[in-house]
Amino acid sequence: MTEPRVPLVGVRDLRKRYRSGDTTLEVLRGVDFELAQGEFVSIVGQSGSGKSTLLHLMGLLDAADSGEIRLDGVRVDGVSASRRDRLRNTAIGMVFQAYHLLPELDALENVLAPLLVRHGIFEWMKVRRPMRDRARALLDRFGLGGRLHHKPRQLSGGEMQRVAIARALVTRPRVLLADEPTGNLDESTGAEILDTLCELNRADGLSIVLVTHDAAVAKRADRIVRLAAGRVDDACHASPRKAG
Amino acid sequence: MYKLLLCWRYLRTRWIALASVVSVTLGVATMIVVNAVMAGFSHEMQTRIHGILSDLVFESHSLSGFQDPQWHMEEMRRAAGDDIVGMTPTVAVPAMLNFQVRGQWVTRQIMFIGIDEATHAQVSDFGRYLQHPANRTQLSFDLRDGGYDTVDSQSESAAPTRPALEGAGWSHRRMRIERERVWRERLEAERTPTEAAEPAVGPTRSVDQQVDAVLAATTEAPVEAAQPTPRRADPFQQARPEEGVRMDPANEQFTGVVPGIGLASFRDSSGIDRFLVLPGDDVKVTFPTSGTPPKAVSDTFTIVDFYESKMSEYDSNFVFVPITALQRMRGMIDPQTGIGSVNSIQIKLRDGADLEVVRDKLRKVFPADLYAVATWRDKQGPLLAAVDMEMSVLNILLFLIIAVAGFGILAIFFMIVVEKTRDIGILKALGASAGGIGGIFLGYGLFLGIVGAGAGLALGLSIAWNINTIRAGVEWCTGERVFDPSIYYFYRIPSIVHPLTVLWIMVGAVGIAVGSSVLPALRAARLHPVEALRHD
Repeated sequence: MTEPRVPLVGVRDLRKRYRSGDTTLEVLRGVDFELAQGEFVSIVGQSGSGKSTLLHLMGLLDAADSGEIRLDGVRVDGVSASRRDRLRNTAIGMVFQAYHLLPELDALENVLAPLLVRHGIFEWMKVRRPMRDRARALLDRFGLGGRLHHKPRQLSGGEMQRVAIARALVTRPRVLLADEPTGNLDESTGAEILDTLCELNRADGLSIVLVTHDAAVAKRADRIVRLAAGRVDDACHASPRKAG
Repeated sequence: MYKLLLCWRYLRTRWIALASVVSVTLGVATMIVVNAVMAGFSHEMQTRIHGILSDLVFESHSLSGFQDPQWHMEEMRRAAGDDIVGMTPTVAVPAMLNFQVRGQWVTRQIMFIGIDEATHAQVSDFGRYLQHPANRTQLSFDLRDGGYDTVDSQSESAAPTRPALEGAGWSHRRMRIERERVWRERLEAERTPTEAAEPAVGPTRSVDQQVDAVLAATTEAPVEAAQPTPRRADPFQQARPEEGVRMDPANEQFTGVVPGIGLASFRDSSGIDRFLVLPGDDVKVTFPTSGTPPKAVSDTFTIVDFYESKMSEYDSNFVFVPITALQRMRGMIDPQTGIGSVNSIQIKLRDGADLEVVRDKLRKVFPADLYAVATWRDKQGPLLAAVDMEMSVLNILLFLIIAVAGFGILAIFFMIVVEKTRDIGILKALGASAGGIGGIFLGYGLFLGIVGAGAGLALGLSIAWNINTIRAGVEWCTGERVFDPSIYYFYRIPSIVHPLTVLWIMVGAVGIAVGSSVLPALRAARLHPVEALRHD
């Protein structure tokens, strides 16, 4: 089982505490987690088990109290703010339960947003055309070719989530972190989104970490990691799809 | 790039923020208008002050003046000749003006100023302010036949506001003399024989003119005749010969004077100037002689024109007279040399000369305990300083209006940051830096500032440039006189837009808008991405 290859994402002994007044809440109590290149992993757990926190830490949206996070073997926790911003922009794509699209921008602009963040105004003028094509191609692929200039409020939940996935992928990230992407969707729409993710994993070799509390959703992944009380529950280390 | 895009989108979708810059707009517009009008007034005032005061005024402290102005002028040329382009001596004394209106004597306190009609117009704008077109090109103290302006030559309106000046001049004088003669004859006809023992006295020449006649008659003794003998009440009494005393007032005039228009007229509410006396009428002036102690002497003069600088302080105070006549009457001419004393020399400098430098050069040459050298600004220092201070205070107050608008922007921006918390989290998740997020709100503030100040600029300039049209419109609507020319002596509201002032106002307004978005921007930049994403 132990491969000489460096895992894409490596998390070791990660701890995170939240303080509110006198009480301290230990959310993560030493989590170890690895994601191989091209792997699709589900992290499941009950509410409060720390799965979202783990995802946020891996997405560099928050800082851990101790432990380390490596991306391609390089430590990414504790780096400077600008480098962290840069990594978030280039290496990590994130998808959220509530879609988190910018309401002022239309679908195409939302997909382009991370690229707009990356490039300054003059740089953008130069790279604008290929970037637009890339975003348009992604939206086409997700069946949104005809809705490029709709504002988020004019789109359905499934469409918004697909726009959000396109936005996460437009930067060609190393890893896609999805936080309950089907949580706000009905069953069939949620299934479509999951199909999309599986298809991305299979066809493009995209590495995906999916956080969910829904066992049915988690089953679609290569491997399920269960979090309980801030630790990885080793009892359940099944790889349902590959095993089955 | 996202900053610009989001700024632009927020600008287009958040109208409430635009409401917050309305006060910036109003503040900027008010500041521009107030500054333009104040600058206009200040400019008008300075022009008028400078119009009568030459660049530099050289004065003696003594009312009797100093002798030999020619020597003084040469000294001045030696000290600062490069900068001096013109000089003219004047004699200024406080005096009393008396004239008769419908049988009543009206007395006015005046400054009686003897000027050299040939050179005075060269050192100041004096000539421009006269009412007869020929006098504006070259002043003459001889009464004109007529042709005085019935239109205010300095206003742009062509409406004749001074119909009374129509008949002024010799024709008015002759008509008046004729009327007086008829009256006198009628009175004499009614008189009883005993009363008639006292013969009616016809007009006599003025004392000065009588001296002239003597001088003309006795060529060898001008010294004797002109010499003032302090012990006698009338210095010319002995010298007065009988011939040359009587005059024909219908064809002759007394020494000409040019009083300020405010001394002889008032403006009624319809904007028409009413005159108490007209060119062609005679007035009496009482003034001190130059001896010690000074004695009051009176003489009769004929008004030949009016002077109107639109500075009421001057227009209701100054009366101009030929300098030689005044020197003679005051006994300022040295009997030995025949050179008259003066108590002031008006100096005009070349364009661009530094008034203060030249003033200081002259101050070095002439001892300060005998002479005062002052620039025209020094002379009206308190007034100009008061106007400047008024302007600064107004600017501070108006700028506070914009500052208040800044707090409005601050409050609304805080609300927008709260409202946009989740979007800020999203942008951070997409890799936007804290600086970038702050930049969105700073840029937004800048945009709003530019929009607000730009609108204010447009509004302010359109008001400042069309203020008289607007005034006319308001007057037409309300029927009230907003700007009463009888108070200001202007026919229109002056307004000068200084580009630099406008620039500063704009910079200040935009600066306040940006400044008040700093705090919200900092707050946005410091938002924690995870908490921001959870925000609903």
